[in-house]
Amino acid sequence: MIERIDAIIIGAGHNGLVCGAYLARSGLKVLFLEARDAVGGMTSESTIDDDFHIAGLAHTSFPVCAKIRKDLRLEKFGYSAGKGIETITLQEDGRHLRFGRNTVSGPDLTDKDVDAYRHFKDEFFGYAKAMRPMFATRPPRLKNMDFADKMTLAKLGWNIRFGLGRESMYEFLRVAAINIYDVLEEEFEDERLKGALAADAVIGHHMGPRSPGTVLTWLARLHAELNGPLSVVSGGPSQMCNALLQAVEASGASIRTGARVKKILVDKGKAFGVELEDGEIVKAKTIVSNADPRSTFLELVGAPQLDATFIQRVTQIRGAGDVAKLHLALSGTPEFLGLSASELENRLLIAPTMRYVEHAFNDAKYARYSEQPVLEITLPSLHNDSLAPRGHHVMSVNIQYAPYDIDGGWHEQKTTFAYKIIALIGKYAPNLKSLIVDHEFLTPQDIESRYNVRQGHWHHGEMTIHQSFMMRPVHGAAQYNTPIDGLYLCGAGAHPGGGLTGLPGHNAAQRILESGIAK
Amino acid sequence: MSIPNDHFRQAIQHTPFHARLAALTQTEEWTVWNGCMAPRVLDKLSTEYFAVRSSCSVMDMSPMEKYRITGADAYRFLDRLLTRDLSALRPGRVTYVVWCNDEGKLIDDGTLFQFGDGDYRLCSQHHQFDWLMTSAMGFDVNIEVETHDVAALAVQGPTSYSVLTEAGIAGLEDLRPFGIANLSCQDFPVVVSRTGYTGDLGYEVWVSPENALPLWDAIFSVKSRYDVHAIGLSTLEMVRIEAGFIMPGFDFNTAESTVRANFDRSPYEVGLGWVVNLDKGQFTGRKALVAESKRPAKRRLTKITIEGNKPVGEAFIYNKKGGKLVGEIKCAVWSPILKANIALADIEYIGGALPKKLWARLDYQRELKWMSAWAECRPTNKPFYSPDHRSATPPSRL
Amino acid sequence: MNNYDAIVIGAGHNGLTNAAFLAKAGLRVLVVERNAYIGGATVSRELHEGWQYSSCSYVCSLFRPEIYNALDLGRHGLKIIPLVSSMTFKQDGDYFGSYSQPNIRRRELMRHSLRDADAVVRFDADVLRWCKLIRGFLLRTPPDPGSFRPRDLFEFAYLLKKYYELSESQLYEFIRFFTMSIAEYLENYFENDTVLAHYSGGSIIGTGLGVYSPGTAYVLLHHAMGDVDGNIGSWGFARGGMGAVADALASSFQAHGGEIRTDADVRRIMVAGNKATGVELASGEIITAKTVVSNLDAKRTFLQIMDEADLPPQLVHRAKHFKIRGSSGKLNIALDGMPEFPALPHGSPLTLGHMHFTDTLHRLEKAYDDWKDDRWSADPYCDALVPSQYDPSLAPPGKHMMSVFVQYCPVNPEGGWTDAKREQFGQTVIDQIADYSPNFKDLLLHVEVRTPREIEEETGLTEGNIFQGELTFDQLLFNRPFPGYAQYRGPVKGMYMCGSSTHPGGGVMGAPGANAAREILRDLRRPDTTPQEFSDD
Repeated sequence: MIERIDAIIIGAGHNGLVCGAYLARSGLKVLFLEARDAVGGMTSESTIDDDFHIAGLAHTSFPVCAKIRKDLRLEKFGYSAGKGIETITLQEDGRHLRFGRNTVSGPDLTDKDVDAYRHFKDEFFGYAKAMRPMFATRPPRLKNMDFADKMTLAKLGWNIRFGLGRESMYEFLRVAAINIYDVLEEEFEDERLKGALAADAVIGHHMGPRSPGTVLTWLARLHAELNGPLSVVSGGPSQMCNALLQAVEASGASIRTGARVKKILVDKGKAFGVELEDGEIVKAKTIVSNADPRSTFLELVGAPQLDATFIQRVTQIRGAGDVAKLHLALSGTPEFLGLSASELENRLLIAPTMRYVEHAFNDAKYARYSEQPVLEITLPSLHNDSLAPRGHHVMSVNIQYAPYDIDGGWHEQKTTFAYKIIALIGKYAPNLKSLIVDHEFLTPQDIESRYNVRQGHWHHGEMTIHQSFMMRPVHGAAQYNTPIDGLYLCGAGAHPGGGLTGLPGHNAAQRILESGIAK
Repeated sequence: MSIPNDHFRQAIQHTPFHARLAALTQTEEWTVWNGCMAPRVLDKLSTEYFAVRSSCSVMDMSPMEKYRITGADAYRFLDRLLTRDLSALRPGRVTYVVWCNDEGKLIDDGTLFQFGDGDYRLCSQHHQFDWLMTSAMGFDVNIEVETHDVAALAVQGPTSYSVLTEAGIAGLEDLRPFGIANLSCQDFPVVVSRTGYTGDLGYEVWVSPENALPLWDAIFSVKSRYDVHAIGLSTLEMVRIEAGFIMPGFDFNTAESTVRANFDRSPYEVGLGWVVNLDKGQFTGRKALVAESKRPAKRRLTKITIEGNKPVGEAFIYNKKGGKLVGEIKCAVWSPILKANIALADIEYIGGALPKKLWARLDYQRELKWMSAWAECRPTNKPFYSPDHRSATPPSRL
Repeated sequence: MNNYDAIVIGAGHNGLTNAAFLAKAGLRVLVVERNAYIGGATVSRELHEGWQYSSCSYVCSLFRPEIYNALDLGRHGLKIIPLVSSMTFKQDGDYFGSYSQPNIRRRELMRHSLRDADAVVRFDADVLRWCKLIRGFLLRTPPDPGSFRPRDLFEFAYLLKKYYELSESQLYEFIRFFTMSIAEYLENYFENDTVLAHYSGGSIIGTGLGVYSPGTAYVLLHHAMGDVDGNIGSWGFARGGMGAVADALASSFQAHGGEIRTDADVRRIMVAGNKATGVELASGEIITAKTVVSNLDAKRTFLQIMDEADLPPQLVHRAKHFKIRGSSGKLNIALDGMPEFPALPHGSPLTLGHMHFTDTLHRLEKAYDDWKDDRWSADPYCDALVPSQYDPSLAPPGKHMMSVFVQYCPVNPEGGWTDAKREQFGQTVIDQIADYSPNFKDLLLHVEVRTPREIEEETGLTEGNIFQGELTFDQLLFNRPFPGYAQYRGPVKGMYMCGSSTHPGGGVMGAPGANAAREILRDLRRPDTTPQEFSDD
């Protein structure tokens, strides 16, 4: 006897969990089908050499927004925002800069830049706040709008016009669509400062500081920072997932891991269930895909079930991963020049100047990995000593840029690249090499196969302007519902995109519930 | 197909039949059809017209776009491309098809030939390779442009069966309308389909380009016994309107080339609802057409007969003399066989229905002076002209 | 007599357009020009004896036919002759030509890709749709989002209405078009490398962006929406060189009673009591007028010829940060004969149009990478033209004039420009052309090389930016030149801007000049002499 299932969620990543939890709370019978053996998607743990653990592909996160925390009672299930960390941008000469929410400090920094930074962050936090109505719900359609669409636009318009005030509105309208390079050049003098901010704007994206659209990616990051400072959540982001998992289970949803969905079953434009890899068929009237849009439409639904131009748009979604990940198992604490041991718990950046970041991007444009990549380094074991044996540590490094496809193929060049990165960090932390017990290196191709995300893209698709808002992932599927009746998207490929915000999942659930299926 | 890098020296190409057409033409009235020289009229329009309606006409239709579609998914690919239910199509048969974009607007129409399992030819008026390739994503299908690899003649008219048989193509007696036969003419193979664009008895004969002239010569070799007459596009325009056939790009703007919003048309809007099957499963534009089918009709391309004998060109249509503008004539012709002005008109519906009265405002010239007149129009659902001999099998030997 | 109704600073094409419309309304107008000749960047100069160089701008397409008509420029001697083709040489010895004859154009596309030959139908329809939409806004004053005046609200409503004529999916496609890179946008249509490179080129001309930079797809319109007599996207030569545009405008202006003074360098715009009162020339001479219009770019206008004390600090800040990085160079070449291009079959018409030498998107993007690092492109994107094939007035019989526009060239290469560096830059371009034309170097009689430094020195365009300010989102529409100052009015009463720093930007359109005239006449309560845009249904 198969139990009736109202909604199937394909993929138990954090957005899927958020979405499913909302649906289950509304009384729907929700079933999660997760291909991997663990839930959590990119936030789930990986292990090196048995004794060393990395908390997730994502190693830091901003706090989940208050609404989701409260609605899903995540604190009750063990979620805490964790200890806020700061960012330290490393310089070879040891003149590092340290960034707080709107403070920056370091040697040789002018008061002018310090003031400008405070003003700049506050101003941009204002913009991020003004955009909130846009992030917190489904993107409005621009024609054939319903009441909710009009409300979203009205709130956004009000916020921009009256919330910001005239001068800030002008400034927002001026900079919103341009590149971070020009904005930073206008505001600051210190190259270190500009380099670090530029890196924040482009991390996870196939864009350089000079690419228009990077102000927007930075605003999306600030929008998450509105919830609180970045943290290496104790237990890592997977702890966030554990809380979500408990929330989901408490709401009565069931989860099947190791259950890979092969097909979404569609009849005359309507989804009615899924077929698993082993041939099992599970039926439900609502199917929610946390898989990336390209996998969802091209593989799970399949081109024959969709219109030709829609498929073409999906095929052209830009979303080749450009970040590699290096995990190091260390026999001791690395020593960074100019950093105290306690400072190592922060996020360390190697992005000394904007030109450095742009040059790193130059390589990626021509299918080469960056000779001098931008690095984001954390030592998660400083926050959670269960991740490594006593006295030992794990280091987690995001490496940008590492294109999904490189000339000559990754197989041949992976090791060389890993050594280059270790050597690069070694310039700042000379004892690092001697501490390495083992390592794991994930190219975007490895990320793709491990996490079932097409082309290994963090955000399931680039967050360029033409792939944002009512065009994310593509128009025709940008309000979480898709051309297939009963099929919804809830992953990072949908608005408002990637980052561990849970917002796509939240907004998708809102959308699904609007359709009245909970009755 | 290899194109030399100095092709700019010849802007307009010749079809494989060009030598014969050039020898026949008395008017040198050429036009360009898909990059090829094509005659408008070779000698006299009325002679050519009556060849179609009373004896046998021959028209070079080689410039028509032709695509060969093969592969394991060929059927599934076509089923998703075309609005029509193809499940009844069999090898050796042809069907009339249309296809739409995602918004359910017409991209083109054409004829689909099934030669064998997973082996089809799609003929169309406009360039479709890009759209076919776009539609092919996700299908195991191979699409080849064979426009210039296949020459074709339309042999149409009451005596066309006799002419082709006399010309040495044996085996046509069993060929039913929309059938395909692999036959030979003298010593070379031909593919004959009982299809056409004239509304009369007729065939289309397909050969490889090197056999084009022998085919032509074989057909014209019977001229001493049968009136066989080469015709141009002007005649085709007359007879296709009589038959009630529409021409994409002329009677409505094709979706891929439409610049202005709402200047494209859905199959329903041009009266082709009968080739749309919303129950067959997914095809491109289905969702939009399902929605459209539930709304009251906004407009229809309507066959109308216009009273009187004033020349009809482009004209506006009103719901009464001096009344509300409700439409426009897209194509019109004086039908010699009906002795009437007939036309296809794009007419806006009022309250989901055709306006009760239709009046055309005709502007025409007499000795260079512009005149204006009102003429009442009567809509009709049937083809203006559809003779019984069109579909008789076997056709009578005349 | 040193008192006028209006003074226009700078006799560029926008200054002259503006002045002509003011004069037509009956104002006493004086145009003052720093150089000894008029035209600004629309200029023909005999820099080598017997040759007329269009030394800066070199082709014409965007110039508004409404202005041409309203100022009667045809009768004042302007003739714009359409260009017939453009082409790209390939490294493998072949070429791609974009012919104007439709059958040949299609066959040429088919020669490179059957699919692209069909896709171009869709591409043409889509681009034309966007062109029609944008063209409607060229001769209108952008609304101010910070204002609630009925006029601004009406203008916003008009904008919205226009956009709402699109279908829902077209609306999204339009936004995508506006925000995508040209390379990615074209990849929606085409597959062939050369075709992609050929059609991308226009989108980087004059910009500080690469073919993969979001926002460049839109720039395509700045080069595609022009028309010569209804042939959308076609370019034309002004007979006699681009100076003919300025000459015709000047002639029309003078016919309406206007006066032009050359060799009159304005030192400052005089302001009293927050009102413009006139200008002071470098000679110390003072000319008074209640209306002063600057055709100079926004940076030069506010930072050089106005007193900081007369301006709101916010505006000074904006002017300082106005983005106006030059990115282009130019070679004007006197040739002893027509160069041979062995890749082209004998009799090919393609030398009559634009010639390009960059056949892949990666080469285009790499050219940009050099500029980002303040180097000229080692393998630049060049737009070469030999207009003397059409126009016998440009070179002696049998000889030719070649104009080569070069993208990218930095404002300030490391260590600054020197004459030696300029020659190296020129040599890079000559070498690239000579790769495709073996006898090219033998034909060189005179080569004039212009980097942004020379462009700035001659025309006064800050940093040699040909658009008087970059065409990025932060400097378009109501942001051009600065938010709150996009309606041609300066911060001081009676002071206006009419250059390409204002909406709709550069490209020898004349639209900024006409739009500014409309606003000035409105403030002066004079009848509007500027034209309405031709209806574009």
